[in-house]
Amino acid sequence: MLLSAAVAIAERRSGRLGDKYYAGRSHIVLERSLIAFKSSTWVVIVTGFVEPVLYLLSFGYGVGKFIGSIDSGTGRMVSYAAFIAPGLLATSAMNGAIYDSTWNVFFKLRESRLYHAMLATSLGPLDVALGEIAWALLRGLIYAIGFMAVVAPLGLIPSWWGILAIPAAVLIAFGFASIGMAITSYFTSFQQMSLVNIVLLPMFLFSGSFYPLTVFPGWVQGMIKALPLSQAIQLVRGLTLGAINVGLLSHVLYFLVMIACGLFITTRRLDALFMR
Amino acid sequence: MSENLIEVKGLTKKYGDFVAVNGIDFHVRKSESFGFLGPNGAGKSTTMRILAATSRRTSGQVSVLGKDPEIYGPQIRAHLGVVPQEGNLDVQLTVTENLYIYGRYFGLSSKFIRSKIDDLLEFAQLVDKRDVKVEALSGGMKRRLIIARSLVSEPDILILDEPTTGLDPQARHILWDRLFRLKEDGMTLLITTHYMDEAEQLCDRLIVMDKGSIMSEGSPADLIKKYSTKEVLEVRFGSNRNADMAPTLQNLCDRIEVLPDRILLYAEDAEAVLEDIIGAGHHPNTSLVRRSSLEDVFLRLTGRSLIE
Amino acid sequence: MTLTDNTRRVPRFRALYILEYRLRNMLKYFWAIAAISILNPLLYLVSFGIGVGTLISNHMGPHGIDGVSYLTFIAPALLASSAIQGSLEDVVFPTLEGFKWRKLFFGMNATPQTGATIASGVFLAAVVRAVFGVSIYSLILYFFGAMNSSHAYLAIPIAIFAGASFGALMLALASSVENEDIFLTMVGRFLIGPMFLFSGTFYPLSSLPSGLQFIGWISPLWHATELGRWATYGHRITGTMVMIHFLFLLIMLVLGLFFAAKQYARRLAK
Repeated sequence: MLLSAAVAIAERRSGRLGDKYYAGRSHIVLERSLIAFKSSTWVVIVTGFVEPVLYLLSFGYGVGKFIGSIDSGTGRMVSYAAFIAPGLLATSAMNGAIYDSTWNVFFKLRESRLYHAMLATSLGPLDVALGEIAWALLRGLIYAIGFMAVVAPLGLIPSWWGILAIPAAVLIAFGFASIGMAITSYFTSFQQMSLVNIVLLPMFLFSGSFYPLTVFPGWVQGMIKALPLSQAIQLVRGLTLGAINVGLLSHVLYFLVMIACGLFITTRRLDALFMR
Repeated sequence: MSENLIEVKGLTKKYGDFVAVNGIDFHVRKSESFGFLGPNGAGKSTTMRILAATSRRTSGQVSVLGKDPEIYGPQIRAHLGVVPQEGNLDVQLTVTENLYIYGRYFGLSSKFIRSKIDDLLEFAQLVDKRDVKVEALSGGMKRRLIIARSLVSEPDILILDEPTTGLDPQARHILWDRLFRLKEDGMTLLITTHYMDEAEQLCDRLIVMDKGSIMSEGSPADLIKKYSTKEVLEVRFGSNRNADMAPTLQNLCDRIEVLPDRILLYAEDAEAVLEDIIGAGHHPNTSLVRRSSLEDVFLRLTGRSLIE
Repeated sequence: MTLTDNTRRVPRFRALYILEYRLRNMLKYFWAIAAISILNPLLYLVSFGIGVGTLISNHMGPHGIDGVSYLTFIAPALLASSAIQGSLEDVVFPTLEGFKWRKLFFGMNATPQTGATIASGVFLAAVVRAVFGVSIYSLILYFFGAMNSSHAYLAIPIAIFAGASFGALMLALASSVENEDIFLTMVGRFLIGPMFLFSGTFYPLSSLPSGLQFIGWISPLWHATELGRWATYGHRITGTMVMIHFLFLLIMLVLGLFFAAKQYARRLAK
């Protein structure tokens, strides 16, 4: 029998480790997002970094007037605006990644059944997961650059290490997107999605974006520090304020583990959902 | 004897305690148009999904193009074109973009796909809709686009799950015409349907399924010959009187089926039966003489109508 | 067959039937609504009132802003803000669902219901929910010691009033939405966000640069917050200003309802 091109391509990967889950074509799933983006309402996407900037202006400069400078946690005094800027960057990386990996993924999973179509081809579930997350990260990267382009000229990034806050934001987004996608794969109705907000709101409010954790008693501080957003803020704040130490690597490791767990669960779940 | 593309032995699929497919055997030959006829919940779609390497079986043997779809999922899927029952077009994209990206999912090059798009649009009769978002298409157009999409990877087997369900009569006929062309070109087709006329039009051979089991197998003509008479007389005496009339009519025909709204009388010459009835002084409200169809076969095999 | 109702009559107060439908719908999620109504105030008060409040009292002393604790200062603003946010959700989502997602309103319109009665029913349900939410919020404020003036209870009707006014405005806007993705994003990013952040919520409006103070003047949140502060801790404003705040919210309410009724009818007839 004459082999079609599609078959020849699929056969090339046959027998490789994990060939049922990964066809090495996640970039095609990303390509699909780029095509959809061209005809989508790009105003909605492009203005994505407005929210953290507004928070920065209102809190950093408005509330900041009544706070003055505060201890950044390393003994150095910084302006309130410089203190919250990294927190806002980390938070917006989280929010963007969660939004993409919950609402958008849910829609494609349950409503438009786009993933069904993808997985009826020779793609595997890991291609879908990675490709979708890659799009979320691309957006996250652009927002992070946009935010930094606003705050750096305001003098809120005192250290050159601060440039690393951009890749850090992408790493953070990766962690949240992969976990978010894993969780969304368990949802069956839109109402369940509000659970995500119930978890995110306290994390947003208490992870130390707006004040050092030292305002809380010690045992509370310990609990908060273990939360992913708090880890993210510690990492980004360390970089933008130039408080570089080995401890920052522990936050990186935290997110690497989060990414691995998220991808593992997502791949397994997509496989289970479509291979029923 | 042409080669078997698909061979299935003792295929069983359970969801918990529920047995969706109960130990079925069949095979599909190359360039054959093979049908699964049965009511909703008969196990047709489940069987299709197992063949399409998107569902795992509980037990039994399945070979598609000589390979087990459970082990060689992506490789098998590269051979198949799948037209699902529920539309899953990419609603954010246009008609052309849908064809393009679907080909890309198979890893095909942009150049290769672009060289095929015009032909596919032509085939789907969507040339003037090429840059329209799929949301704006009618149901029939969407279904044709899904079929065109499934052809972009030049599949060896096309799997169609209820291809015309929900379409108006005109859209159905257009679609049948398209599928007929594929059949003429030698494409192997697998079609599930609960429409008798569809099965009769499109299938060379089919299996009748009910409750997860195969009730019978053969060509539409063979099945009709085997399980029914040449003609059928349908008479209506009014909902309240049909059952009362049945015993009187029983002796006038080969076999009788009493449905809530009408009585079916099976005979080689149904016209003659009608004359006998009228001659005996009975006057049905309406009467209709027709040829036997797969509906009658199904009724005979299961005692139930296909569409309830 | 016994006739217990005259099925061919056009009932009075038709909006009440729409209200009933909306409330039944909300009751399905009663526990979620109740949980959010309790958690939201607790989280915001602890995080901003106590967390940020600690930083402010470190710098300004315990009564640094407007002569009260920071928690007391932001409490009326957060109360009004939650009523506004709640009303927004309670009118926008049913409206989108009714016209776009499930097209329920077109079915209702095949009965004696009209654009005006459907709009009123949706609006009234949002007000009922605001009464519920604001009452819980106020109770929590009371336990936090942020409702200790003798006429602090007035903050409750003020917040409900603000929610209703803004709800009426959003009812009118949402009823003409074609692309809800753009609408929801734009409303969130360029209306709700700036309103929440720049309406004198977290510091007096007067400490904003003068070029930005206009945001407060066109924001129902600022008008409600000023009234609320006057009620809960005796924030000093003139009688004229009380009238202005009140009239602003009233005009928004009346205009919003007027245009909502009109727009609902127009959309149904399309």
